[in-house]
Amino acid sequence: MIAQSFKYESPGTLAEAISMLNKYGEDAKVLSGGHSLIPMMKLRFANPEWLIDINGIPGLAYIKEEGGIMKIGALNREADIEHSDLLKKQFPIFGDVTKQIADPQVRNRGTIGGNLAHGDAANDHPAVMLALRATVIATGSNGERSIPIDEFFFGFYMTALQHGEILTEIQIPIPPARTGSAYHKLERKVGDYATAGVAVQLTLDKNGICKAAGIGLTNVNATPLRASRSETALIGKPITDETITEAAKYASEDCSPSSDLRGSEEYKRAMVAVLVKRMIHKAVERISG
Amino acid sequence: MEITVTVNSGQHTLDVEPRTLLVHMIRENLNLTGTHIGCDTTNCGACTILLDGKSVKSCTILAVQANGKSVSTIEGVISAEGQLHPLQEGFKENHGLHCGFCTPGMIMRSIELLENNPNPTEDEIRWGISGNLCRCTGYNNIVKAIEYASAKMRGVEPASTEPQFV
Repeated sequence: MIAQSFKYESPGTLAEAISMLNKYGEDAKVLSGGHSLIPMMKLRFANPEWLIDINGIPGLAYIKEEGGIMKIGALNREADIEHSDLLKKQFPIFGDVTKQIADPQVRNRGTIGGNLAHGDAANDHPAVMLALRATVIATGSNGERSIPIDEFFFGFYMTALQHGEILTEIQIPIPPARTGSAYHKLERKVGDYATAGVAVQLTLDKNGICKAAGIGLTNVNATPLRASRSETALIGKPITDETITEAAKYASEDCSPSSDLRGSEEYKRAMVAVLVKRMIHKAVERISG
Repeated sequence: MEITVTVNSGQHTLDVEPRTLLVHMIRENLNLTGTHIGCDTTNCGACTILLDGKSVKSCTILAVQANGKSVSTIEGVISAEGQLHPLQEGFKENHGLHCGFCTPGMIMRSIELLENNPNPTEDEIRWGISGNLCRCTGYNNIVKAIEYASAKMRGVEPASTEPQFV
């Protein structure tokens, strides 16, 4: 399959890329890892007139800790995230999620920025970023803009990124001690989209009372979903079978999965409940461990 | 659009349309048909090549994106003296191929796998080739072939090459 004809630019700086996006208007798309966009173009679901390839722009693939914030450059490949000890030490959830994104070859190309900017509720990083309460940095001709992750996803393939803006960085607050995180997606085979996926980050105090909770859900809603009622059900309480069951029940009630080849709506709700329970247990184990 | 790509240590300057996929450039412009197109949807891994040393699926990369970069395909794996690469030898000795369609992709992927992890466990090998499908389902002997190459490359005597029937 071959895409419809388009014109191609590979700018060497961010400023050049932004000015091209402004010049070519809505007919231009940003090409990052390309492992969502190129398949869509081959299937002619997307037919941009211009592709602005940002792969040649230096300085967008860092991972660094600064002032209590983990800063992740948008052009990091999934494989870079998978093998970053700095990142996995603070956030073991990244070890879970990257292993389950597509396959090794795809992870050598696909980028974390693209995974978010694509705005697909079936992608895995959005739920993780909800659980970690990330902030997305968008750079446009007027400089940088911070977008809280809760205001980033608008609808099917729609995000808060404005025309002429490029997602350049993801910022994640470093959590206090006694924090644990975990992600799992139920998939039929390697490389499949999630039947359901759940990301959890919990902070407990020394008495085992939950001080903070973040729970994000993958592919069970039109947009990546924060399980707010589940979070509230945990905060201020000890993590017991009872509170876990309550959190799982709320998540399965509040999502809205559609029945498809991966399973019925009822099945997916049941799996959300199972995964919420398991990921809470795993996050807690990582705190004690 | 004019691009310059190094393929298996030879430099080529080519005129390609931006929409030309890297796999088409390799197969049609350079006539290197060892790189196969299986699914054409980033699933099967038959089109796996190395781009600047990283294993990638060439059906999901534009030829123009390889401009200035180095591409390695199965044709470049054999040594200049005609000596098989340990992986090629491993596949041959261990019945690692049935129809052979997936083999070039399996080998190109395994080159990077063994580079990152010279002595992988069976689980790590299976995980490492999880982006490559063999529809003859000959995975057991593919895993043995990679274990054979790993041993050879570490200077260890490879295990028996008797075929495995499971």
